[in-house]
Amino acid sequence: MILRDNTLPRATLVESKSFGEVNEIICAPTNPVRTPKTWHILFLGSLSLLCLLGVMLAYLVWEGTGIWGVNMPVAWGFAIVNFVWWIGIGHAGTLISAILFLFRQKWRTGINRFAEAMTIFAVMCAFIFPSFHVGRIWVAYWMFPLPNSMGMWPNFRSPLLWDVFAVSTYFTVSLLFWYVGLVPDLATLRDKATSKMKKVLYGVFALGWRGANRHWQNYERTYLILAAVSTPLVLSVHSIVSFDFAVSNLPGWHTTIFPPYFVAGAVFSGFALVSTLMIIARKVYGLEKVVTMHHLDNMNKFMLATGTIVAYAYAMEFFIAWYSGNPYERFAFINRALGPYGWAYWIMVSCNCIVPQLFWWKKIRYNLLITFIITILINIGMWFERFVIVMTLHADFLPSSWGYYRPTWVDWLTFLGTFGLFGTFFLLFLRFLPTLAIAEVKGVMPEASPHHGHHHQEALTSGGQH
Amino acid sequence: MEHAKPLGIHQSADGSRLDASDSQIPVKLFGMLAEFASPGEIYEAAKKIRDAGYKHWDVHSPFPIHGMDRAMGIGQSKVGLIAWVGGLLGAGGGFTLQYWVSVHANPFIIAGKPFNSYPAFVPVTFEPGILLTAFGAVFGMFFLNRLPTLYHALFKSKNFHRFSNDAFFVSIEARDPKFDLQATEKLLTEIGGKNIEVVED
Repeated sequence: MILRDNTLPRATLVESKSFGEVNEIICAPTNPVRTPKTWHILFLGSLSLLCLLGVMLAYLVWEGTGIWGVNMPVAWGFAIVNFVWWIGIGHAGTLISAILFLFRQKWRTGINRFAEAMTIFAVMCAFIFPSFHVGRIWVAYWMFPLPNSMGMWPNFRSPLLWDVFAVSTYFTVSLLFWYVGLVPDLATLRDKATSKMKKVLYGVFALGWRGANRHWQNYERTYLILAAVSTPLVLSVHSIVSFDFAVSNLPGWHTTIFPPYFVAGAVFSGFALVSTLMIIARKVYGLEKVVTMHHLDNMNKFMLATGTIVAYAYAMEFFIAWYSGNPYERFAFINRALGPYGWAYWIMVSCNCIVPQLFWWKKIRYNLLITFIITILINIGMWFERFVIVMTLHADFLPSSWGYYRPTWVDWLTFLGTFGLFGTFFLLFLRFLPTLAIAEVKGVMPEASPHHGHHHQEALTSGGQH
Repeated sequence: MEHAKPLGIHQSADGSRLDASDSQIPVKLFGMLAEFASPGEIYEAAKKIRDAGYKHWDVHSPFPIHGMDRAMGIGQSKVGLIAWVGGLLGAGGGFTLQYWVSVHANPFIIAGKPFNSYPAFVPVTFEPGILLTAFGAVFGMFFLNRLPTLYHALFKSKNFHRFSNDAFFVSIEARDPKFDLQATEKLLTEIGGKNIEVVED
């Protein structure tokens, strides 16, 4: 399987002819002299929000979950909305790193490291919500099948327990995938390091990588296996997240469309956030030569495709609610669109179904400002999608127990705080680690082919054997 | 010794005479390092070193070079096998755990389902299967590559650190039965190697 680059003109993937220049461009942000003022301001802001998160969580542990707005009938409030939103964002990272890798989409090299980092930090934010929602966080280990003197074991028939396994596996595998990808690039930073401390720190994490072909052979096989297992993994994770809803017997939740619809929505919001962050980072760090408009255009097309799938799912849900003839199911959907939370429903529809349709126009896909605004709107829309789904709870089977969920200030500040967690880690990543997969970007340059240039004729004759 | 002068190569750092035909080499050698300018050049060079019959040698590049395994004449990676065993252990272990917990350790009737409600056990069979496949692949790769190896003779070379930037190297180890200071140097020069140097262990 020769990775031919004939399908695309060279300039669209990497606008550089020299490996050395690519090295310089990608390593530049790790040079303290090049750290822009914006970074310091953003880092300070993020760190403050992270402290806020810490305070809010400490308050919750001290006081109990009563300080959140959750109550009957809406026992799942912001906690689950934010959990699903954050974890969904993470999924685009895995899609880019694993699925696009399996499909040999070489443009992924421009954005995969970035997206994988986003995955890991987003899953960390997601983790916060269910863990603290259990209330007595000090016994959160009860969720794991650990032998204990109470003779107590988890119920393996519950989707909430499946979630524990799915999310923790997802986090671990994403971290391994990210780290394995980083090893050769950490070696690059080690070899470029000027100070002793950097040399030692990067050196330890680079594990003594020497770019040996006998190592690359095992390395590439490992990478392929990780991609091959991450692909079903990412689909399973969001399917299992959707089972939290779909396995219950509630009108509006108990539907078979949930797993694919959740996965599409996750990819949709994740691509939007990758794009949001990338548009800023490539500008601030001057990465235009390695993250070209071609990359951003491709991501916009993904948003268009997944956004359309999501719109189809909304329509199909409504149709099935009517077609089922079940009055409870019909009511749940009519209530979603026209009931007390109708405003949220229409925010969701406008942001997720209508706005991304603008990407049909090439002019809009190539306009950074409009793309930026659309990606923000998409993430607002996707947050409201989960909000709308959870708010189905507000009108249950017994009208006397209907209620209206309002998040408290603690809910809001905790949610805001997770942006601090995400931002702090992401900025540290931008500052200290290679934001693009250096080895992979070099590897997709036409100059990287052993048959490049004067060996061209031989490439045509020997290419078939590989 | 950095840049090889044709004669300098026969002298080790402490000035003692080196001779490969002599069974007692005064200074222990790691091998010989040569630089190549491009993936194409090193690809051609690798084929020639393979054909010359060397066994303990390697190509060092900033990124994996396509077709290099064949050019070097090395077989398939064994990472897949380790990952496969990991996957089987994970999935098998996951199901066994759930069966044992739900049927023997804690037999509760929940929602009228049988103790062994195996369809509900699919997710927690699948996830550990994936997890241990990934562990097998990553730690198997570390094991096969003998990583971490924080100290290596090649890191002593002043040139070698550029392998992670834009340079391509061939290293031939002294433990190779065919290794010979003159003959190996001659071969590396013939196939286009630059900056040839002897690396001490």
